[in-house]
Formats: sequence, C-alpha cells, structure tokens
Amino acid sequence: MTKAAFRPSEEVDFLVIGAGASGGVIAKELASAGFRVVVLEQGPYLSESDYSHDELKYTIMPGLTNDPTVQPITYRKAEQEPAKLKKAIEYGRQVGGGSVHFTANYWRFHESDFHEHSLYGDVAGASLADWPINYQDLEPFYTKAECELGISGLAGANPFEAPRSKPYPLPPMPVKSSGLLFERATRKMGLHPFPAPLAILSQPYRGRAACVHCGFCESFGCEMQAKSSTLVSVIPVAEETGRCEIRPNSYVRNIEINAHGRITGAVYFDQSRKEVLQRAKALVLCANGVESAKLLLLSKSSQFPNGLANSSGLVGKHLMWDLGLLAEGLFEYPANEYKSVQVTRLIHDFYESDPKRGFYGGGAIDARFDFYPAGFALGGLPPGTPKWGLEFKKTFGHYFTRTISLLSHTTSLAVESNTVTLDSEVKDAWGLPAVRITYSPHPDDLAAQAWMMQRQHEILEAMGAKKVWGDPVDSVGTSRHLMGTCRMGKNPAKSVVNSYGRSHDVANLFIVDGSNFVTSARQQPTATIQALAYRAAENMARLAKAGEL
Amino acid sequence: MLLTRREWLLGSLGLAITPHVVLAAQNAMRDAQAVSDGDVVAFEYLDTGAALVLSALAAEIIPSDDGPGATEAGAVYFIDHALATFDREKRDQYKEGLRQVEALRSKLFPASASIESLTRQQRWELIRGFENSAFFEIVRTHVVLGFLANPEYGGNRGKAGWKYIDFDDQMVFEPPFGYYDADRKNEAK
Repeated sequence: MTKAAFRPSEEVDFLVIGAGASGGVIAKELASAGFRVVVLEQGPYLSESDYSHDELKYTIMPGLTNDPTVQPITYRKAEQEPAKLKKAIEYGRQVGGGSVHFTANYWRFHESDFHEHSLYGDVAGASLADWPINYQDLEPFYTKAECELGISGLAGANPFEAPRSKPYPLPPMPVKSSGLLFERATRKMGLHPFPAPLAILSQPYRGRAACVHCGFCESFGCEMQAKSSTLVSVIPVAEETGRCEIRPNSYVRNIEINAHGRITGAVYFDQSRKEVLQRAKALVLCANGVESAKLLLLSKSSQFPNGLANSSGLVGKHLMWDLGLLAEGLFEYPANEYKSVQVTRLIHDFYESDPKRGFYGGGAIDARFDFYPAGFALGGLPPGTPKWGLEFKKTFGHYFTRTISLLSHTTSLAVESNTVTLDSEVKDAWGLPAVRITYSPHPDDLAAQAWMMQRQHEILEAMGAKKVWGDPVDSVGTSRHLMGTCRMGKNPAKSVVNSYGRSHDVANLFIVDGSNFVTSARQQPTATIQALAYRAAENMARLAKAGEL
Repeated sequence: MLLTRREWLLGSLGLAITPHVVLAAQNAMRDAQAVSDGDVVAFEYLDTGAALVLSALAAEIIPSDDGPGATEAGAVYFIDHALATFDREKRDQYKEGLRQVEALRSKLFPASASIESLTRQQRWELIRGFENSAFFEIVRTHVVLGFLANPEYGGNRGKAGWKYIDFDDQMVFEPPFGYYDADRKNEAK
C-alpha cells in the first residue's frame, strides 16, 4: 500500500481538522466512499511502541494531552473575574486524540437524553433544549461504531438501556473485586448493576489482540492495541484506501473563506512552524469541544466578524463540564484494583431526572480504581491522613491494594455564560491567543452531585467498606469531556449546526465533535461523538456525490 | 560531586543514630550491597549540602522504620534528576525553600550545626514548622515520586516503593485479580 500524500496546493475533497474520536471516523468513512481526504492533527503520530507504563510521564506530565506550558489556558468562574492560568480542560493531543488515552467507557445515550426539555421544561438559569434528532436516528450509527471499533459489553444487561439492533460484538471484560462487591451490594439494594461497556477488546478482534489486564488504561496509550482508539481501528482502514493522508504536527490557525462565503481550506503551522495553506472543497472541524470553538473564533472575516459560522453568536457558549465525584472505600482484603481495566460494573438506576428530588439531573455510578501508585499516595487518601511520616507511609502502603472507588457521572446543564473565548493577553507558543474558559456549575448540577454522593456512600457501606470518604461537592476539577460550544439544532438563531454537523451559515463547513452536544447526558460522550460522526459522514458523502456541497 | 552509592547511603544515614535508624541502616546496607562496588553515582544538579538536607527531610517524609523508605529508594536521586531535567523551573523554589528551612533550623535549634545533625524529634519539629508551605508540598511530592514513580527517574530503587505497597508491575495479569473476585470461585451459586 502506498500511503496517500497530497500537495497543499492540491484541492482535496475534504479537509478534516483533528484526528481524534470523531475525525478518525470521518476520515475513514469519507476515504472509503471514494473521496480524497487530508487530516490535520496538531499532535504527533505515535504507536504502541511509543507508550509505556510511566505514571509520571502520562499522569503528572502531559504525556498524551495538551501541554499548558506551550498552549496555556486561562480560567475564571465568571466574566467579571480576571482569568488566571490553569489547565481547566484537557484533551488527547495525538493521532487518535482522546480515544487513545481515555478510560474507554462506551455508553449509548438513553432515549430521554434527546428530549429532556420536552420532559422537564425550562430550568431557570440554563438553556435546556431538545436535540434535533432522537435516539432512533442515531441507533444504527451506535451499532456501526460498536462493530467497527470493537466494544465489549453485554446487551440487555442494563434494563434502562434504549433498544439496540445488535448485541455488542465482544463479551464483557472479566469482573474485578470492585465489580463483584458492587454487583452483590446493589442487587441487594434492589438496583440493577451491569457489566461496563468498554472500548477495550475482551477477545482478539479484527487483527488486534485482546486486553492482557495490565491496568494502564486511563491516561495511557495501550501497548497491546486492545483499546479501541481510532488510531488502531478506523484510521488504518482510512489509510489503506490510499486516499487519506494523516498529517500530524499540523496546528491550524485559520479557516479560509472566500468572497462567496465558501471555505477554501485552512492555514496551519507545520512542524517547523512554517505556515501552510491546504486547499479543500469542504472542511470538517473535529478538533474537540474547546479547540473547534477556538478555531472558529480565531477565523474572523468581514463576513463573520465575530468568528466563522457564528451568526447565532453561540460559538463557544454553553460549555458543559465533566462532572462527577469520587467516593472511596477501604476494604479488609487486597482487591488489587490496579490490575485490569478501570471499570467492570455500573448502574444506571439514578440516570433519569426525577422532579421529586427537587432538581434537574441524575447520573450513573461505576465501581472503579483509577489511581496509580504515586497519584494514590498524593491524592487518594482519606482527609485527615498525615501528609508525611510513618503514619502517612503506612496508610498509603495499606490502602493501595484495599481501596475501591465509586465514581458518579452526573449532568452538566448548558448555561450560556459558561464559555470558550480567546484570552486577550495570554498567547500560546505559536503566538495565537490562549483559550479562556469561563465556567461555574449550575446549582442543580451541584445538587445532583451531592445527592449522588449520598448514594455512593450507601453503596460503599453495603459493599462492606471499613471506612468511606469522598470528594467535596463544590470542587471544579479539570474537564476532559468537552461539550456544547457549537450546539446542534433546527433553528439557525439558536444553534450553530444542524443534526449532521453542517454549519447553518456556511454550506461546505461541518463541525462534528463534542461541541455539537445539546445536553451532557450523564457524561461518557465518546460513543455519541462517534455515532454522530458516522451519521454526519454518511450525509456528507451523500451531499458531495449529489453535487450539493 | 561523585560518591559511590554505598558511601552515599551510609553517609546519609550515619549521622543521627537511633534504633530506627539502625534498622534503616541495616536495610540500606542490604540494599547497598546489592549494588556493585563500581556503581558510582554522580548528582546531576544538587550540591552536597543540598543533597544531605533533602535526604534528611526525605527520610522523615517516608521513613524507614517499617522497611525501606525514601532513603533506600534513593528519593534524593529522583529530586536531583527532576531538577536537572523536567522540573528545572523549580530550582529557584528549592534554593529559596532550603534557605528558609536553614533559617528555621537555626531559630528552633540555635546550638545545632546542620539539619542532618538534628535528632529525629528535632527534625519532626522542624518539618512541623513548614509543613503547610508551598515548598514542603513540592518536596513531599518529589519524595513520593522518588519512592513510587518508575525507577528510570532515579528513585524507587530496586522497586522498593512498589514492593512496599504491593504493586506488581507486570504487563500481563489473569483473573482473579484480588481477594474478592477470587472468593467468587468458591461461592455457592
């Protein structure tokens, strides 16, 4: 196979920006449909041999994620406050994007997620809205994603799951101690535990090896190709066509538009920081819920003085956060949770919002352990543990193998004042304005977290924990689920793109990633990002073949 | 600065002899003997004075009373490597922090000559005097990393830290992974 290589002056059919969870799928779909595709990726092109079990490199230093020393981010709680340097958001920054280093939870949305506004009405202080599609529109694409990427799980085990046309292609991963105790306890409580759907191979699949349970999933690249990233699943298929060029270390600074209001390509910095213009007939922006909004805001023109495709003024608004809290329990015997995948069992019993609780929102709870040795000693111990000395040492020594966590995954309401904007002072290493994040959780989001934390404590106690502790409810950590900044909708005044990710303003521009989300569901956005990408790509191919782009 | 690893370990331990330290020294001797005599350790960045002070602090942050601690794991080598490479920007904080700790030492224990020469009780009192400072948190973080991060960064020698917490750094595991999922095998269905 000869890998495709296009000259920048050559007008390719589609230019995709971002080779992550969404961009990888779109590149594969479009190249397979016969189109010439260039994918610009700001990060490097790595492979299994580049990865290692190095906690310091991948969890403390930004091994596979955005590095704030070269791409600073500023954060403030509200517009009136000065923004300060803080790595408020984090994303995968390499070919494969976040699908390389994510924990690999792979949940479909529930049917209700697409029309919560119809179900619950307005929520004061938030922009709760229905999606322009329903679950049935997306179902075939969830199925396609699960099949092409390789997802392990047990169909029908979750009684709250929406109808599915096919079972998971792979059986669930073996249960761990956390999953087993969680399953027994929640069953006794009348709840409905089920095996975690994971983008990790429980058996060999399509030429890739099965998971060997090394335990280094979250924050790490998989050395066995067992994690179903786009890097090891669909991107090789895209390249096999001979029509798709993945161009790493290519950092886009502007999307180009002509006098007729059509995209003509994008200007990027190559590895030597030289500016290059890649020409294309159409452009698909898949850079993630923060970087896509940033790039649109950077791409100002006389036609779009407030940023490309931003006639609605909503580009960058309604940023939703990666909400959820960790509760931990100490158990009598070693569970050795550091082995194998992070999560094996979870519940969706509290997923739906319930007006009787007095707030909008709900969530899921999974049993897990996502600490590595040093991170556990530094951040995993109960409050009040001495910070140094023999008692400190004995605590992390005794607790490391005996701690099991429960993580909640809760709603993040879309609030218009939670935004991605361009910082007016701070610049990145290329001279581009830094991303400025403005974010405060909606009061209902905090209420949902607090309510869920009570459930987490009850379950840990029912599991037999000797001691239980948890995160404070008011903590806003780093968000890794980047959602909502180019929301989809039918009305061009109230949304940025249609349900296929097509810009309401620019006919040959598509935006397809977490930015399209109208609601946050209960976190774990990757399955839905990829289902939307499959659906959007099919539509792009149809439009291009019909000459309607 | 060049020292053999054995000289370094013994040198940093031989200053305040208490029963705990004797035990630690025995551990250290065992560890040092595992290293060949030709193993010469050069510090990349720290000078002798700073290395001795940091060794003394590290030995109290993760002590060796119940088995190998920061000393045997070579946490000070991790700090040295960090300041020579990926944490270069923390050098000034270390310089200033060590200066303030020295000042605190002469205030609390005017008769003492150095931090290394303090008794353990005196070292604890010294640490309590700055345990809420930003500098202490940096040192504490580095010492923990020097005990539990991958050995290629200079610490966690002989995987001492991983052995202490029962973390097994294998690439391949098979179920059952822990006590409770193993227990299921015997469970009456």
